[in-house]
Amino acid sequence: MGTEENPNLEPQELWQLEYNKARLRDVPFETMSGVPVDPVYGSEPYPGQYPFTRGLYPSMYRSRLWTMRMFAGFGTAEDTNLRFKELLRNGGTGLSTAFDMPTLMGRDSDSEWALGEVGRAGVAVDTLADMEDLFADIDLSSVSTSMTINGPAATIFAMYIAVAEQNRVAPNQLAGTIQNDILKEYQAQKEYIYPPRPSMRIITDMVKYTTAEMPKWHPISISGYHIREAGSTAAQELAFTLANGFAYVEAAIDAGQNVDEFGRRLSFFFNSHSDFFEEIGKFRAARRIWARWMKERYGATDERAMMCRFHTQTAGVSLTAQQPENNIARVGIQALAAALGGTQSLHTDSFDEALALPTEDAARIALRTQQIVAHETGVTNVADPLGGAPYVEWMTDEMERQAEEIFAHLDDLGSGSMLEGTFAGIENGYFVGEIADAAYRFEREVNSGQRIIVGVNDFTEGDNPEDRNLLRIGAETEEYQLKRLQNIKTDRNQDQVDEALTAITETASDPTRNLMPTIIDAVKTYATEEEIANAMEKVFGTYVERAIV
Amino acid sequence: MSDPQYRVILAKLGLDGHDRGIKVVARILRDAGMEVIYLGLRQTTASIVAAAEEEDADAIGLSMHNAGHLTLGPKMMEAITAAGLDLPLIIGGIVPDEDAAELEKVGVAAVLGPGASAEEVAAIVRDAISSRE
Repeated sequence: MGTEENPNLEPQELWQLEYNKARLRDVPFETMSGVPVDPVYGSEPYPGQYPFTRGLYPSMYRSRLWTMRMFAGFGTAEDTNLRFKELLRNGGTGLSTAFDMPTLMGRDSDSEWALGEVGRAGVAVDTLADMEDLFADIDLSSVSTSMTINGPAATIFAMYIAVAEQNRVAPNQLAGTIQNDILKEYQAQKEYIYPPRPSMRIITDMVKYTTAEMPKWHPISISGYHIREAGSTAAQELAFTLANGFAYVEAAIDAGQNVDEFGRRLSFFFNSHSDFFEEIGKFRAARRIWARWMKERYGATDERAMMCRFHTQTAGVSLTAQQPENNIARVGIQALAAALGGTQSLHTDSFDEALALPTEDAARIALRTQQIVAHETGVTNVADPLGGAPYVEWMTDEMERQAEEIFAHLDDLGSGSMLEGTFAGIENGYFVGEIADAAYRFEREVNSGQRIIVGVNDFTEGDNPEDRNLLRIGAETEEYQLKRLQNIKTDRNQDQVDEALTAITETASDPTRNLMPTIIDAVKTYATEEEIANAMEKVFGTYVERAIV
Repeated sequence: MSDPQYRVILAKLGLDGHDRGIKVVARILRDAGMEVIYLGLRQTTASIVAAAEEEDADAIGLSMHNAGHLTLGPKMMEAITAAGLDLPLIIGGIVPDEDAAELEKVGVAAVLGPGASAEEVAAIVRDAISSRE
């Protein structure tokens, strides 16, 4: 930053100038024993300098700790609204919404597919009425909201915009993120509705809409988390995620968007697993690769469009059902790797997640774990404290080298287009095959005892299954939600709904038009999420994965 | 390593898309000499029963990670019984112990927890089939 204004300064001097401008937290930057420490050690590039290997900001956590964003959602919209308001009363400024499985798949609570799933793994949203309840009495102009949804993201996003409008909050005042990363759904999480190309059209429409109307909104969070959970290696997680990012960038550029404008608003989401140095190398490599590609391949000139901002979550898949308390140690180590890797926000998993959805007590311990890393270990005093260590630098280079090999393969598959290469890799089973192979290799190593998982294949004494206190969710939510949906369908003006749905189908068949305004109109008639999904499905069709083992 | 060649249908029932575990199980059973027919995601009780009939399967294995097992497990058992199929249903995934007991009460042959070894997985499936013969 600032290279253009001060061409004659050395990187160290430039960094110092920027550091001096930063507002710092009011805490002593010294060790527990009172030894003062510098904000950074080692050599260029300094934190905040291209290609950002050492962190995005000159003062890193001295100015602002990572955001401790814990993901929550359960039961009815009213239940989750109470939880949101409690979070805000306790000083939280960010909300993070988990939706239930039917909502994530574009199905209503009364669909036969929804049986047994309503309100279980998140909150159920069928119509605008649920969204009104979810955000009741919350000032949407002052909170930032994260919504984890992909296949039907445009509809849920439209509902959020409509609720804000009812409360006289204009779209340009809304701040937040919608995950909206459909490519990784075909590769790993499998929550898709339409085939890849029409899905990309919807996302491009959303990017256009937010770029024009919603300057504070992040329209995609490009996610490697699920790729890793599905079994990939660290380098595959890194490469597939960034390749998906390149695909979105190419799609937006093809649609006439300015790379500097939308590039600033892309963000990422990575996994933090247990191999400490591999993870740190991965995070550092992610920033460096993204900056280089954005600048050199896609012609970004604004440094903010070259910054790989990311959220991190500890590895759910590393948690064991055996001796589950051991998971607290695993999460602590993974959280520390995320901090040393320079994450912007972090969710720490609860130790009981291999057994059931987390209890409140377990979720609190998870939050406390990252608070301990932030406030007790001293790692926040110095930016990129491991930078310059031979092993860490080698690992960073190695992660980058492996990722570049994968990019070369995809670029080749797409004849010079990462977008086409990614589509091709989805269609020919490349991604799912690579992930399944890596997952099986890992399981074989554990099974043969070559790789020790404490409490699972060694050190197995001391498991007390009878002591466990697990979260149970009853059937009341489903009954309540079904009744509510039935009432809304009776009370709404059906002609208006039908007209709005027809408009969506027409807009879907005309690629020159943007779907967002018609979807916003439709949600206002209380058309359901599934009705809107079906209106687009008429044009886009559905996606069925080939079952490959 | 195997005596008769068993045919096992594996499937994900309902909306749950977590397929890492079931794909690993598919390879484990294959390595143990069984024939595996993986139906993939988003199957219904009807599509699973139809496949089991068509393939003349010896067992059905489901994997569940979304807390839907107490609803979907019994539904699958009903569909198997209604079709007059005599084969074991085995469920794997995130299933708490008390729920496993409940599932076994409605006729589920076995519940595989996370962390079961490859030998355990293969042995449980083989035993569930051979105990019916």
